[in-house]
Amino acid sequence: MIRDITLGQFYPVDSVIHRMDPRTKLFGTMAFIISLFLADHIGAYVVATGFLALAVRLSKVPFSFIIRGLKAVMVILLISVSFNLFLTDGQVLFRLGFLKVTREGLRMSCFMGLRLIYLVIGSSIMTLTTTPNQLTDGMEKSLGFLKAVKVPVHEISMMMSIALRFIPILVEETDKIMKAQMARGADFDSGNLIQKAKSMVPLLVPLFISAFRRATDLAMAMEARCYRGGEGRTKMKPLRYDRRDRLAYGFCGIYLAVMAGLRVAL
Amino acid sequence: MSIRAENLTYVYGAGTALEQYALKDVSFEIPDGQFVGLIGHTGSGKSTLIQHLNGLIKPAGGTVYYDGTDIYSEGFSLKELRSKVGLVFQYPEHQLFEVDVFSDVCYGPRNLGLAKEEVDQRAREALKQVGLKEKYWDQSPFELSGGQKRRVAIAGVLAMDPKVLILDEPTAGLDPKGRDEILEEIRQLHKERGMSIVLVSHSMEDIARYADRLMVMSHGEKVFDGTPREVFEHYRELEAIGLAAPQVTYIVHELKERGVPLDEGITTVEEAKEAVLGLLGSPLGACL
Repeated sequence: MIRDITLGQFYPVDSVIHRMDPRTKLFGTMAFIISLFLADHIGAYVVATGFLALAVRLSKVPFSFIIRGLKAVMVILLISVSFNLFLTDGQVLFRLGFLKVTREGLRMSCFMGLRLIYLVIGSSIMTLTTTPNQLTDGMEKSLGFLKAVKVPVHEISMMMSIALRFIPILVEETDKIMKAQMARGADFDSGNLIQKAKSMVPLLVPLFISAFRRATDLAMAMEARCYRGGEGRTKMKPLRYDRRDRLAYGFCGIYLAVMAGLRVAL
Repeated sequence: MSIRAENLTYVYGAGTALEQYALKDVSFEIPDGQFVGLIGHTGSGKSTLIQHLNGLIKPAGGTVYYDGTDIYSEGFSLKELRSKVGLVFQYPEHQLFEVDVFSDVCYGPRNLGLAKEEVDQRAREALKQVGLKEKYWDQSPFELSGGQKRRVAIAGVLAMDPKVLILDEPTAGLDPKGRDEILEEIRQLHKERGMSIVLVSHSMEDIARYADRLMVMSHGEKVFDGTPREVFEHYRELEAIGLAAPQVTYIVHELKERGVPLDEGITTVEEAKEAVLGLLGSPLGACL
């Protein structure tokens, strides 16, 4: 059940987008998100759709797999679409009991829905084509300027990559402890809310203990390999921009300019 | 209370690119009171197999019969089954959670809905069975040593009074003394309470010493099934799948090749000692 969440999951295939520098993908995604908030005309959405379709195509991730990530935001999507649909004033198209649908509302909710869907798909493409480690590497490098104002960029990105690394481990651990307690007659499914909450204690206590144990072990292992923060630490695979990254930057720049132009012109 | 597995098949990640068979068509029957050793290299499907025996996972094909009843059939109480088929996971001390040892052992029988006196009675018995001194009973389980924690965890399963006890590498990570003590207690449970035992282990020596029967798993399939003596005869095939026979088997074979008339089926150091002493005492021994 936890394994179904595709948001933030890596899809291992080899594509141009997979090989790109994580910074390129981060900035590209950012450019795409900004462009979505600039778009308020059908023409702009056509351009954005084209851009997104190209990215999906180049990423070689099956479209059906990307779509799965939308399930997680379905509720938010429905709420925001219906709010926009029913609560926007303007020229009334038809009424449904006490609810009225206006021309402006229809337009707004369509755009809002598209915007949210594109937002999720766009950021999914980034996480599906970038391993969590690359992603934090990219963030560390591109946010490096914040070090000047005493933001512990390296520490934050290290914490992020460790946290991401621990997710599958803890999922597995939960599964194991759950089975071990079920072998001792535990029942996690039946009973009322209070009974269910109580039945979680034999699961959560060992889980916390194991998480702490793993954290101590990890800290020890890092220290044993002389880890002492990011100061002066070199990388085995330093991030380097390639020709495809420059091309991608150029392309994203042109795209953003077009979107901004459409906003001003239309 | 026999357990019978019929054509058990289990697939990980069915329907994806990462589809992988963990079990392929495994069948066997464990009659009442047998001591079965289960060996196989890492990832051979041992752990997946034993989790089927008390219904923790559902097979993709085949089924398990407990006492002649299909455990996956409608209306069969898996909870009741789990009290009869006790499963001790690897590193079972990781499942401890209560404030003191005694309450932790009570968790299993309490889940069975027994009366308080009965629960206490069973917990006391189980703790005595694993040889944990009474002075530890009201301590926090987290203050105990590794070996003691392991005993508490095993007692937690024993307190459910199972007829069959399955242990997944119960001696992993223990020192030699702790290992021998735990194995000895398992043997006692087998002898005195007539429990059927399934012992998953990497130690051929332990299996040879304790088990009546040995099953060998490789890549999700059962490749050997017989007495340790029979199975260790195939030590060359065992090596090919990343396992080995007990060290003493190699010595016996080597001695035999050099002309010492020893029985090839010797699997324990004790047997080898007897055989060699017997030879030395005989007229033939004089010329060795």
